[in-house]
Amino acid sequence: MRAMFRNRGGVHPAYRKWGTAGAPIEALPLPKTLSISLAQHIGVPSKPIAQKGQKVHAGERIAEPGGYVSSAVHAPASGVVKAIEERPAVNGKYALTVVIETDGAMEDHRPDEADWTRLHPKEMVDRVAQAGVIGMGGAGFPTHVKLTPPPGKTIDTLILNGAECEPYLTADHRLMVEDAARVWEGACILRKILGASHLRVAIEDNKPDAIRAMEAAMKGADDGVALVILKTEYPQGAEKQLIYSVLGRQVPSGGLPMDVGALVENVATAVAVREAVVAQRPLLRRVTTVTGPGIRRPRNVLAPVGTPLQDLVDFCGGLTEDTVKIVVGGPMMGVAVATLEAGTAKTTSGLLALTRRVVPQYQSMPCIGCGRCVGACPMGLMPCTLSEHLEAEDYEAAEELNVLDCIECGCCAYECPAARPLVQHMKQGKARVATLRRQRESQAVK
Amino acid sequence: MPDPIQNKRLISPSPHAHSGDSVRRIMLSVLLALAPAAMFACWHFGWNAARLMIVCAASCVLFEYACRAAMRRDPSITDFSAVVTGVLLAMNLPPDLPSWMAIVGAFFAIVIAKQVFGGIGYNLFNPALIGRVVLLISFPMQMTSWSQWHIPHPLAGADAVTSATPLGLLKTSVASGHGIPFLFNAATAWQFFLGFKNGCIGEVSGLALLIGGLYLLWRRAIYWQTPVCYLATVALMAAALQIADPVHQLGPLFHLLTGGVLLGAIFMATDMVTSPVTKTGMAIFGIGCGVLTMVIRLWGGYPEGTSFAILLMNAVVPLINRFTRPRVFGHVRRPKKS
Repeated sequence: MRAMFRNRGGVHPAYRKWGTAGAPIEALPLPKTLSISLAQHIGVPSKPIAQKGQKVHAGERIAEPGGYVSSAVHAPASGVVKAIEERPAVNGKYALTVVIETDGAMEDHRPDEADWTRLHPKEMVDRVAQAGVIGMGGAGFPTHVKLTPPPGKTIDTLILNGAECEPYLTADHRLMVEDAARVWEGACILRKILGASHLRVAIEDNKPDAIRAMEAAMKGADDGVALVILKTEYPQGAEKQLIYSVLGRQVPSGGLPMDVGALVENVATAVAVREAVVAQRPLLRRVTTVTGPGIRRPRNVLAPVGTPLQDLVDFCGGLTEDTVKIVVGGPMMGVAVATLEAGTAKTTSGLLALTRRVVPQYQSMPCIGCGRCVGACPMGLMPCTLSEHLEAEDYEAAEELNVLDCIECGCCAYECPAARPLVQHMKQGKARVATLRRQRESQAVK
Repeated sequence: MPDPIQNKRLISPSPHAHSGDSVRRIMLSVLLALAPAAMFACWHFGWNAARLMIVCAASCVLFEYACRAAMRRDPSITDFSAVVTGVLLAMNLPPDLPSWMAIVGAFFAIVIAKQVFGGIGYNLFNPALIGRVVLLISFPMQMTSWSQWHIPHPLAGADAVTSATPLGLLKTSVASGHGIPFLFNAATAWQFFLGFKNGCIGEVSGLALLIGGLYLLWRRAIYWQTPVCYLATVALMAAALQIADPVHQLGPLFHLLTGGVLLGAIFMATDMVTSPVTKTGMAIFGIGCGVLTMVIRLWGGYPEGTSFAILLMNAVVPLINRFTRPRVFGHVRRPKKS
């Protein structure tokens, strides 16, 4: 069925997915070294348990959760721990990183167990936690935490997110085309864990082959299941926007999807959950789309977590001379990185090499009040007005204009003819307003 | 493989994609949209129209450059907004206006209305209209003396010559206790629409202005809310008044096709800087402009009120923006306390 509800705002950037949409997933030969960040997820960084110089085998746990909202990390291949130190990560920051010099063995041959349907949901969530599964759509929220709603919250609908609305990226697309059965099995497992009566598989209408593949995999499913075809529009796959498109429910400001009885999981996460539950396989590798005009041979690459970006680039023919920007993730919300040394994370869905032609540099101008950002904002904010208040460091006004509701999707800055750094203003503003709010609350307690 | 770009890599916050549109491109589209009206003006009024447009555009650019230099700010003339202001100012001037007066208008438009406030983006009022209104108040004679206009047969009953605009003729006649001074039928409406009448050089041809307006809509340089609500309000008020007083009122078509209302609705009220940022706000702004235009035309001292109407509405744009904020996603209206 078609999505019934239309989000406000949104933009239609050049999608440029043709370069890799038809390219089969290819496995990367095991890199010589792996740099595995211990801060790939949202929450407390993982605590290393491997020692420097220690020999680790593939699938061995090298770090354990550092807190409740945290995740385990495993060695994707066997080898020797060369270093545990602060290194640049793909999120643009420095993070404690376990560097492994590999010795060639990667596969972790553990057979599928016959029947997951007999497992208790608690046991399944535990396996997900043991496997170090985190949201692979980009945010990296630990999945086992998300699958454990606090008492009193019921989830009636699980939405499987196959929207992949970011331009360029085709990793989820190819996963659905080539591995629909496992995606579907993962979704069924998630549904059982949550006890959700409804399951919706949501895919944008620019991926007809993925829609066909998933439909075939879903054949014979019960009445609670449906495939929802979304209009191709950025940011269709953003959590709040997706829930609204599919269910017509608005996640309240400051709330979580579970407040409206919904939960969203990315298709790659579903596969990781399936592997964790069925075979107790930890999350060791993922599909990353390596593309952009600066990549000579764009590909969808299945690579171990921690693969240095340089290895991905080399596997795809190297960079063109006119490459000026390397982005990890999609062009709308991805992070520009300074170095190709950083290792991929469980959340790395794309690696883009952008050339001068597609990354024009503008001189930022004063706002001319065209209103395009207001029309483009999917959250109903007024980015132009907010940005002027934030430039003047008027954080009270910014809070009053709901800066904290910004999802940093980038639609406003994409549209702005004055090339104002609107998302940058929002990010800084959100951080400052959140700090001020905390200060106010702690003062109120005193 | 060595990384060829190690030392010249760009780092910036997301997004790393852009629509490619810029202020300069928007300004150039406005100039392109003005081209039909400008060409008609040159053909209809001859050298005088070309002279005014050149003088206004050139002096606006010079004033802008001088201002930026005096303020030690980066020169902003490359965004073409000064050229747009200049051409729009010229469009709002009568064809016989001396060049030096046009330069005075350009001075007020650029220096007083725009740069004193901080340049592009910061001005509260439409610069071209400030220029025009300063001239209208300072040189009322010259600003309201029009070319010789051969009123064709159906309009005056017989061929006659006048140096007034249709709106001016109507106002004088009604004010002195007479009825409608000419015949207004489909033929005259068509003639007005094509542009064969007296008026400011850019406002006469409704057809040329509409072509430009459609281009701007397609180009997303304006939104339909402002011009449509503006023109619809004018039409509705004119229709209501005609029903109430058919002896002295000429109805919606006359009010839409005469004076500067089309130029104002399509090119002046839609100025991004001085109009609201929300769609609802644009609609309210348009309705306000329409009401004020008609009030001035019918009960004010001037035969035409477009410029004053838009400037008055410019003043309330911050308020309109404040009261038309979109509803934020996930915010529910608080239930009323019972």
